[in-house]
Amino acid sequence: MATQNLRHALFCAVVTLVISYPILGLNLEARGTNVVLTGANTTTVISVLLAAVAVFLFQLFRDRIMGTLGKLPPISPFANREPMPQAKWERLKSAFLTLLIIAGLIWPFVASRGAVDLSTLVLIYIMLALGLNVVVGLAGLLDLGYVAFYAVGAYTFALLSQYFGVSFWLALPIGALLAATFGFLLGFPVLRLRGDYLAIVTLGFGEIIRILLNNWTQLTGGPNGIGGIPDPTLFGMEFGRRVREEGNTSFHETFGIAYSSEHKVIFLYLIALVLAVITALVIRRLMRMPVGRAWEALREDEIAARSLGLSRTAVKLSAFTIGAFFAGFAGTVFASKQGFISPESFVFLESAIILAIVVLGGMGSQIGVILAAIAVTILPELAREFSEYRMLIFGAAMVLMMVWRPQGLMPMRRTHIELKKQE
Amino acid sequence: MQDLLYFFQQLINGLTIGSAYALIAIGYTMVYGIIGMINFAHGEIYMIGAYTALITITGLATLGVAWLPLVLIIALICAMIVSSSMGWAVERIAYRPVRGRHRLIPLISAIGMSIFLQNYVHLAQGSRNIGFPALIEGGFQFGSGDAFQTSISYMQITIFVTTLICMTLLSLFISRSRTGRACRAVSQDIGMASLLGIDTNRIIAATFVIGAALAAVAGLLLGMYYGSIDPLFGFIAGLKAFTAAVLGGIGSIPGAMLGGLILGVSESMTSGYLSGEYKDVVSFGLLILILLFKPTGLLGKPEVEKI
Repeated sequence: MATQNLRHALFCAVVTLVISYPILGLNLEARGTNVVLTGANTTTVISVLLAAVAVFLFQLFRDRIMGTLGKLPPISPFANREPMPQAKWERLKSAFLTLLIIAGLIWPFVASRGAVDLSTLVLIYIMLALGLNVVVGLAGLLDLGYVAFYAVGAYTFALLSQYFGVSFWLALPIGALLAATFGFLLGFPVLRLRGDYLAIVTLGFGEIIRILLNNWTQLTGGPNGIGGIPDPTLFGMEFGRRVREEGNTSFHETFGIAYSSEHKVIFLYLIALVLAVITALVIRRLMRMPVGRAWEALREDEIAARSLGLSRTAVKLSAFTIGAFFAGFAGTVFASKQGFISPESFVFLESAIILAIVVLGGMGSQIGVILAAIAVTILPELAREFSEYRMLIFGAAMVLMMVWRPQGLMPMRRTHIELKKQE
Repeated sequence: MQDLLYFFQQLINGLTIGSAYALIAIGYTMVYGIIGMINFAHGEIYMIGAYTALITITGLATLGVAWLPLVLIIALICAMIVSSSMGWAVERIAYRPVRGRHRLIPLISAIGMSIFLQNYVHLAQGSRNIGFPALIEGGFQFGSGDAFQTSISYMQITIFVTTLICMTLLSLFISRSRTGRACRAVSQDIGMASLLGIDTNRIIAATFVIGAALAAVAGLLLGMYYGSIDPLFGFIAGLKAFTAAVLGGIGSIPGAMLGGLILGVSESMTSGYLSGEYKDVVSFGLLILILLFKPTGLLGKPEVEKI
């Protein structure tokens, strides 16, 4: 046993060296047309060696380490506690959500302009993640092309405003409905597919949309994107220094206050906040309605759900369409916030980030998803040096979550009754 | 005559790319055949193979080794070793602990792994694309005078021949060797195989290693053919290869070869006769159509869902 352990540990250490040294330790550098090889600095080499030694020691004493770890008291003090009663948990949750919304309302008037702008982005991600949560978390359909619906919403607004001068408020429902239509049309044929095939087909669909946007230069401007997307107006009042459209008045003149570019940022933030709250509330209601129960039933056991008379296509299609609808919402707000969009903003990586938010937050759990969206968007901004490693850490976190805690950081709690334990 | 030559040129280009796709597709199809999961990180393993090959070639050039066959063989071996180790480690870390859980969990884990590996190479080697030296130059020309000439480069021949050799070795390995027999047994019935004394964990690891080694071969070949590599180079190629695997019928090794060739040809025909920008649209469209109308692919066996 000891020699076998030693051999395994040695093997693992060698593999660690083989997979890390050539990539980390030897760097390719382009000098003119030539490529030269440079060795990495000593710290990298030493850390590669240290990693190999660590793997060796861990594998050698694996049984003992795992044994000790198992005996350690749980880190979280709540781990062994009885689960909270249903009613108390619900009360706590709604109190928390109310607090969050109130804090969100006060926030723009105390924070700096940059912080409010970032918060708008966070809210857009919250909308996207809540929408994807319906598709992935509740209905169990892995959608890797979610960003396509986001793009549909954003481009709808951009194109409508460019060609027909449509305002934000009209474009918002149109963009969302168009995205939902896309979801419906795509969902209709593909939802018959099994889970992992569905994931790949949606990924392919997302790429097709992006390539079309990139190459249909006459309509979408191709890689150059579309600029000059108007800001939203408040009952016909514009937020610019000068009025762009005939018949409109400007916000600062109507209220007789000095012009400040901050008004627009705060207004956009408030719109995003209201829309995010609407998204959360609508989805919260849907989850308790028969259709929400049907989503979960189908996710848990498709055959059982179908034999109870649920229509597979109708249930899946409703989840897919609703998810796409909210992505369209978010897309319109995004286009308005940026004032400029290009296919660059709708790459697969964006889908992966939204998926990472849903997975980290706990599939199906709304509070978890909201907190994860805040964390994932703000952390890279807080630590600049961290932002370089952001995707590396996301990738690793997705793997680790699946291995250790597939239910997410804040797993969803379903309404249920617990039987009293018998003494 | 002119049109025919042009057509042949597209056909040859397509077959070259297609045979390399087939090499990558083997990795998808074997893993799917055995444990029924999509190894999303396979494209990244192919990319790492290409990087290792380029690092080895550059290193050898610095050392002054100039004899071409030696350089290629050493680069091939190094790329295969690094990629296989990567394949083994990925299986061990990200897939084995989640094996047998709900279908989406291994897939999400695989997507995470793919993002991780992409950024690992991106951080270590930079995000810009790096020129891959064309070591094999020259070729044959057909057609005369100043009219359109069909050309077959030695590079294309190398790709084709190498693929053929790899495929033959793989078929022999699967059909004749003890491990290959065990592979087939595990893919038919994993529970029964383990009852009969086959170490299924070992066989599954072996599948990943074989797939990764073939992906490394493709990485070297396509890296040289395209002339440059970057950390995102594996993502699209991986999707294409997956399409090839599905097209031929996932789980079937001859299917992967057939699917790769069909995909390569249809892609080069699109860029030859329509526009190069839409070739990705055509291959993804093909994937969607196949999954919709014939999910078992051309040579695949229908999957029966048991209750």
